[in-house]
Amino acid sequence: MLLAFDWSQLAQQTVIGLSSGALWALLALAIVLIYRSTGVVNFAQGEMAMLSTFVAWSLVHHGFSFWEAFFATVALSFCGGVGIERAVIRPVERAPVLTIVIVTLGLVFVVDGIARWGWTAETKSLPNAFSTRPIQIAGVAFSIQDLGNIAVSIGLVLLIGVLFRYTKLGLALRAAAINPQESRLLGVRVSWMIAIGWGLAAALGAVAGMLTAPALASFDQNLMQPVLLYALAGAVLGGLESPVGAVVGSLLLGVFVNLVGTYVDWVGNDLRLPVALAVILGVLLIKPAGLFGRTAVRRV
Amino acid sequence: MTEALLELEDVEARYGQVKALHGVTLEVAEGEIVAVLGANGAGKTTTLRAISGLVSREGGIRFAGKSIARRSPEATTRLGIAHVPEGRGTLSGLSVRENLRLGAYVRRDRAGVREDEGRVLGYFPWLEDRADQRAGTLSGGEQQMLALARALMLRPRLLLLDEPSLGLAPKVVAEIFRIVAELNEREGLTVLVVEQNANLALEASSRAYVLEVGRVALSGSSPELRRDESVRRSYLGY
Amino acid sequence: MRRVLGIAVPLLAAAAAVGVFLLVPHLVSDFHSRDLAEAGVFFIAIVGLNLLTGYTGQISLGHGALMAIGGYTTAALVVHEHWRDVWTIPLAGIAAGIVGFLIGIPALRLSGLYLALATFAFAVAMPSLLKKFSGLTGGSQGLSFLESSPFQVTGLKGTVTVFGHTTTANHFLYYLTWGIGLVGLAIAWLIVRGRFGRAFRAIRDSEAAAASAGVNLPLYKTLAFALSGVYAGVAGSLFAIQSEIVNPLSFTVLLSILIVVGAVVGGLGSLPGLVLGALFIKYLPSLAGHVSTRPGAPDFIYGAAIILVVILLPGGAGGLLGRLFAPLTTWLYTRR
Repeated sequence: MLLAFDWSQLAQQTVIGLSSGALWALLALAIVLIYRSTGVVNFAQGEMAMLSTFVAWSLVHHGFSFWEAFFATVALSFCGGVGIERAVIRPVERAPVLTIVIVTLGLVFVVDGIARWGWTAETKSLPNAFSTRPIQIAGVAFSIQDLGNIAVSIGLVLLIGVLFRYTKLGLALRAAAINPQESRLLGVRVSWMIAIGWGLAAALGAVAGMLTAPALASFDQNLMQPVLLYALAGAVLGGLESPVGAVVGSLLLGVFVNLVGTYVDWVGNDLRLPVALAVILGVLLIKPAGLFGRTAVRRV
Repeated sequence: MTEALLELEDVEARYGQVKALHGVTLEVAEGEIVAVLGANGAGKTTTLRAISGLVSREGGIRFAGKSIARRSPEATTRLGIAHVPEGRGTLSGLSVRENLRLGAYVRRDRAGVREDEGRVLGYFPWLEDRADQRAGTLSGGEQQMLALARALMLRPRLLLLDEPSLGLAPKVVAEIFRIVAELNEREGLTVLVVEQNANLALEASSRAYVLEVGRVALSGSSPELRRDESVRRSYLGY
Repeated sequence: MRRVLGIAVPLLAAAAAVGVFLLVPHLVSDFHSRDLAEAGVFFIAIVGLNLLTGYTGQISLGHGALMAIGGYTTAALVVHEHWRDVWTIPLAGIAAGIVGFLIGIPALRLSGLYLALATFAFAVAMPSLLKKFSGLTGGSQGLSFLESSPFQVTGLKGTVTVFGHTTTANHFLYYLTWGIGLVGLAIAWLIVRGRFGRAFRAIRDSEAAAASAGVNLPLYKTLAFALSGVYAGVAGSLFAIQSEIVNPLSFTVLLSILIVVGAVVGGLGSLPGLVLGALFIKYLPSLAGHVSTRPGAPDFIYGAAIILVVILLPGGAGGLLGRLFAPLTTWLYTRR
């Protein structure tokens, strides 16, 4: 029985799952970054990433190479994220959670509107980030693109990790998220730290978008909607409070969804999204804090 | 007459619609330890918050001759005013070392910071062993000392200390005040300390103000105030 | 004298509301009556959501899905069981109320954003669920009243005769929807003024304090969910009756978001402004379309309007109305 099992297919599907999961992880990390600093889930994170992807497309369209457009877009997205926070989130920084949630929902429409106004609804495509040739590892064929996505994603996550743990800015960002008032007394400009958090999140989203688009034959303004849901599922699975959790959760989710989709016929391709939603609901019902989150002790 | 390091003139402060300070006037000269006493709700903590800029305030607040009445907390820290808030303000999710580093956040002189790190560890040697421990796992007394150490990392000209004895055992509190006195003697650190424990505060300081309902009711040298009838009855218990 | 006024003023306001309700169709075109009827659907859902979010503080981004339950209950009864459409309304409300109650139970363990996420996931999943159980729901095609059960549809022949009065179908829908809406509002008002309302508000302000005062948290919180579900179900049912067709795409997560926006714009925790909230979400898209028809512009204006309203009017229309009328209410209701 064991010998008849197609191990190479399992390995391939696992890598494919890791590749999707890696891109979801970037968006999930963005969501967790903002959640930790602002206390709110930015429902517009996916649309912002989509807009970044269109900006990249325009740059490519005007003659830049993929990677030139990539880095330029990351920088522009960072500024965009900071700008959005200053303009729209800062006025409601101290408002109740529901108010800020509604602002992010409003942002979904605003950003979507900008994307539909600035670019036609015709489908577009981005050149591939990596070669589409397959590569043989231990006799099994893998796609370089998948491996590339995983590598970039993990690399970026490590970079962000280093930023937060080992730099002065990272320390200030963490302090501002944990304890804003005390941090102000230490001279940390908390308001700007929150804005930088939004900038970093927007940059992460941009990378997610720019790597997701080439994998599809073509994309349009609906590009990131499913990705947002998968990213939310990954973040919830890993624990909304935990950046490590967001990444690990998304990778696990990627593998899980892909394997279930491949091996369970009833799920097939249509029910992949509901599987992710079921994960969200399941985690929230069983252990809301997620895999890596600490169960919050409710202070009475 | 030398200009005071810190001057408050007729300062009013409010939380939303509620006025907490109704015109506080006080001053602190360089190298002094001055105490602010008063019952709960008298406005002691609010006074320190008004100086730092954590609460909306009106009136004259001058530090080293320059007005700071419009400055944000981030800006007042950059002037060399270290504020140890009520409850210590420990960043519990970060390590002890990271808390200390944040104390020097606004400073740009790397060499000076390293020097101060050495000095501060001299006063609190045990911090070295606990450097990588999460600050939230320290005991109350240890957190208070960490807060003090963190404040010193700023190389402050003025230290604002809010209720250092709150929730701590007498032995620990005595140790804290001893260190504050030593810092004042050795390094000339200027301190404005708010304390509910009047006894301790009057012993540690050279001058004191007594606040009542958001105003200065009494002021004078600490030995004088200790002998004062009303102070003895209301705040010293005898 | 003031005591008499204190009772008279709300009664006058209620009478005025009823008066406006009765008069409006005579003042606007048939077409607009239909639009207003659609706004009425939102209104009912918003009143229900307000009971949940405004009064017990539980955030739900899934009430569109509860509307789907109501809408599909009505559709299934009309198409499969050949019920008359209007008689299905109570049942649709109850069905959605039960689902609301069932959601309310696990919701007890979640708070704030986590509850918002869970209900959000539920709302996103609903269309797929509706497609999957195609035996009952007609799958992606949905259920069409006109095709399968034309004689069960009240407004079919273009005019409707009720109690001897004949009106056009659109006017009938308007009266039906807003009539139910006003009754629903009155019921909500009674609930809010009574024991339930006090318990709800206590829970919203501080669960710990409410619990220590003896308020049975699980009971009231799930009750609030169930109640808001009933309203959503009735709204969904009326939506189905108006459209004469339901399919999974009628009830996407967008609907849930619109209801929440309407409740916030109308004013959480108060009742007077909710009509404005319903009108806001009904008319804003078309108004935005009037300003500019370039692709993306309506969305942009829509989103910007939502953001601006929420930033400038944190209490929503209700809060604004409260501030405007504060001098009057203070004068009427304060002892001196």
